Amino acid sequence: MNAKDFDLEKIDISWCPGCGNFTLLKILKEAFAELEIKPEHLVVVSGIGQSSKTPHYFKNNTFHTLHGRAIPIATAVKAVNPNLTVIAEGGDGDMYGEGGNHVLHAIRRNPNITNIVHNNMIYGLTKGQASPTTMIGAKTTLQVNGVILEPFNPIAVAISLNASFVARAFVGYIEKTKEILKKAILHKGYSIIDIFQQCPSFNKINTFEWFKQNTYYLEDEYDPYDRINAFRRSIETEKLPLGIFYINEKKSFEDNLGLYNDKEDPLCFRERDSNKIVKYIDSKLR
Amino acid sequence: MDDISIVLCGEAGQGIETIEDILTKILKISKYNVFAVKEYMSRVRGGSNSTEIRISPKPIKAYVDRIDLLFALSSKSLDHLSNRISENTLIFGDKEILGDNQKVIDIELVKTSKKIGSNIYANTVTAGLICGLFNVPEYELQKFIKQFFEKKGEKIVKKNLEAISEGYELAKKIVESGIKVKTKKSDELSRDMGKDILLSGKDAVSLGALAGGCNFIAGYPMSPATGILSFMSANSEEVEVIAEQSEDEISAINMAIGSWYCGGRGMTTTSGGGFALMEEGLSLAGMSETPLVVHIGQRPGPATGLPTRTEQADLDLALYAGHGEFARAILTPGSIEECFYLSKYSFSLADKFQIPVFILTDQYLLDSQHNMPSLDQKKYEIKKYVIKTEKDYRRYEFTKNGISPRGIPGFGEGLVIQTGNEHDEIGHVAENATLRKKMVEKRLNEKINLLKNEVIYPELIGGKAYKFLLLGWGSTRNIVEEALKELKEPKLGFLHFKQVYPLPREIMGYLVNAQKVLAIENNASGQFANLIKRETGFDIKYKILKYDGRPFSVEEVVKRIKDILER
Repeated sequence: MNAKDFDLEKIDISWCPGCGNFTLLKILKEAFAELEIKPEHLVVVSGIGQSSKTPHYFKNNTFHTLHGRAIPIATAVKAVNPNLTVIAEGGDGDMYGEGGNHVLHAIRRNPNITNIVHNNMIYGLTKGQASPTTMIGAKTTLQVNGVILEPFNPIAVAISLNASFVARAFVGYIEKTKEILKKAILHKGYSIIDIFQQCPSFNKINTFEWFKQNTYYLEDEYDPYDRINAFRRSIETEKLPLGIFYINEKKSFEDNLGLYNDKEDPLCFRERDSNKIVKYIDSKLR
Repeated sequence: MDDISIVLCGEAGQGIETIEDILTKILKISKYNVFAVKEYMSRVRGGSNSTEIRISPKPIKAYVDRIDLLFALSSKSLDHLSNRISENTLIFGDKEILGDNQKVIDIELVKTSKKIGSNIYANTVTAGLICGLFNVPEYELQKFIKQFFEKKGEKIVKKNLEAISEGYELAKKIVESGIKVKTKKSDELSRDMGKDILLSGKDAVSLGALAGGCNFIAGYPMSPATGILSFMSANSEEVEVIAEQSEDEISAINMAIGSWYCGGRGMTTTSGGGFALMEEGLSLAGMSETPLVVHIGQRPGPATGLPTRTEQADLDLALYAGHGEFARAILTPGSIEECFYLSKYSFSLADKFQIPVFILTDQYLLDSQHNMPSLDQKKYEIKKYVIKTEKDYRRYEFTKNGISPRGIPGFGEGLVIQTGNEHDEIGHVAENATLRKKMVEKRLNEKINLLKNEVIYPELIGGKAYKFLLLGWGSTRNIVEEALKELKEPKLGFLHFKQVYPLPREIMGYLVNAQKVLAIENNASGQFANLIKRETGFDIKYKILKYDGRPFSVEEVVKRIKDILER
């Protein structure tokens, strides 16, 4: 397959010039093509925000939902049809603010979905208010004296909850981001990939250059199975590490349901034997 | 006496619910018609909980205030039920516990239980006593108790058998003292009860959903609606249903929506307070034209209100919930049978019109149970509407019949694109004014019109050539029906609504023929009467409302109807 297989004609993209979303869109298409995931077998569930519009700009089964609610919808989609590749996509405000509770519980529930978070440390669609990841001191139209809230650290939180796959990337490094993304998609269980990107319109602090200067990759010999070390690395602030922080192989939500142990066919295609259910109901009615 | 109302009252933790379970089953096996409903406080220990069990040779399906036999297991029982105790009530219990009340017939329920080893057997002693009074053969109850407590181990079974036999001894003493409590069994009448089933409202909603093809349920625990989620969880693997306790109600409704999007048949179950959190999700279902089934077991609000009690005050909530305008249907089962049939039907209805469908019940209905002839499993056959998509599939295509064929991801060559934003026929975000107008009409007016073509008509009970017409919806059905039998007023008709929205087009036809139109509702503002006014302009003058958190009783309905008819 080729990234072009995901191209849509006549699309009217609503992002600002220079937005990190463009690069991420390109990375996504390439990653899906390289993994040979056909658009018909791909479901992208997104929330609300500039980044949540992404699935409208390439070929896939899209459910562009509500602010913060992509995860519960994606969880159910995967549960009724585990044959599909399911992505929950949104921004830092969508996933960590409005949908924060769902992130916490998706980590615990461990559905086999990939949670892509466009993290530009600012609200774009509503024009420049602080997000849960905006740095202390940043001034906005609502945080007029600068942000006073401690920034949310998704990597540390995910590791502390023993998440199945935790990674961070930066759209400035296309190939490396794509590799991490592909691993996240192939990982069985809930994978979260927090992706730094610039917002040229509203975030004048954390620019493309800033991310380049303030990030570095975890070294080759880094062991992503060491939870304590992973946590230690996740709270580094001087420079922010990129890469796969933590992998914890465990049974996925779908596997725990007990409905896919003997049968592989997705629940949504199972025809219930109507005689069986009639008999079952009759037995319960005795 | 034809029909006997037995009430058992004790503290939370004294096993009142267990006796209800044992007695309804064993009395049904012994060919009595039984009805039972409980009322309980929002606490795990202490307080006062009671259950009413009616026994009759004829089918009975409603709550009465009257207490014929009261078994009081705790000191607060008599105070708790003081409004319902009359001079004809026989009160049984330990004088040591209940105090020196002249009305109390001193029967050592708790003391006997302590003799066996602990006061926790008082409920089983009482069950034995009641079975003794109603001539249930002791071996039948023994057999039943063995099965009932089997899982808890031999010791527990043995102690409970001892408790039964003590109960039968106490029954003998009562009979010997000259107190007579007898009613006919149904086998003395014509109908064969052998094949009857015993079913509660909550089990009927669950089984109905399964019969309707439900294979996904998500919910957050909340009285009185949790029973549906527990039923599904207990039977998940056997009937292939995903039953998930979500982190909050917001997640629950969105999971249910996600399941439908991908070809499942999902529902969520909650009460008014939980549903308040789901409203945005409801709106998403409306905008994205995703089918959805929402069960709301109503309880008194606002806020936490009376968590374990009953009310019909969330009709407005279901009717107006969600921002923006879109079609919906609201089904309001009035009996346990209707809980089954309408829950089953709700899935095909949601699927056909791609709308949210509500099943609106309440604590009284969910926690009621009675025997009935087996249900007709052929009624409301499952219908499914998912199509296999073609390459150029458009999720929101404008069609002649007003409904866009619904595809699902991974079934066919097309892509299924949905959004909560306004959208074009493909499913992409769009802001064109002409398109917007057309889409609104598709989601709202056209669907409501189509729904009206398939509306479930209200059921007219009582006088067909009525001069007085009483309107009700939901759980008041059987209470009013029994009241009508007592009133014996041939000019009084009762119109029971199983679907309150949309209403049939012909609704005025029912109203214009009546001299007096009344409405009965378990709420304070007459929400259904207001809906009738909104839809027809017809003002219902006489409202029988109740909002103390308790269900209507047959006696109360008789009295309040009489008051109005005599005006």
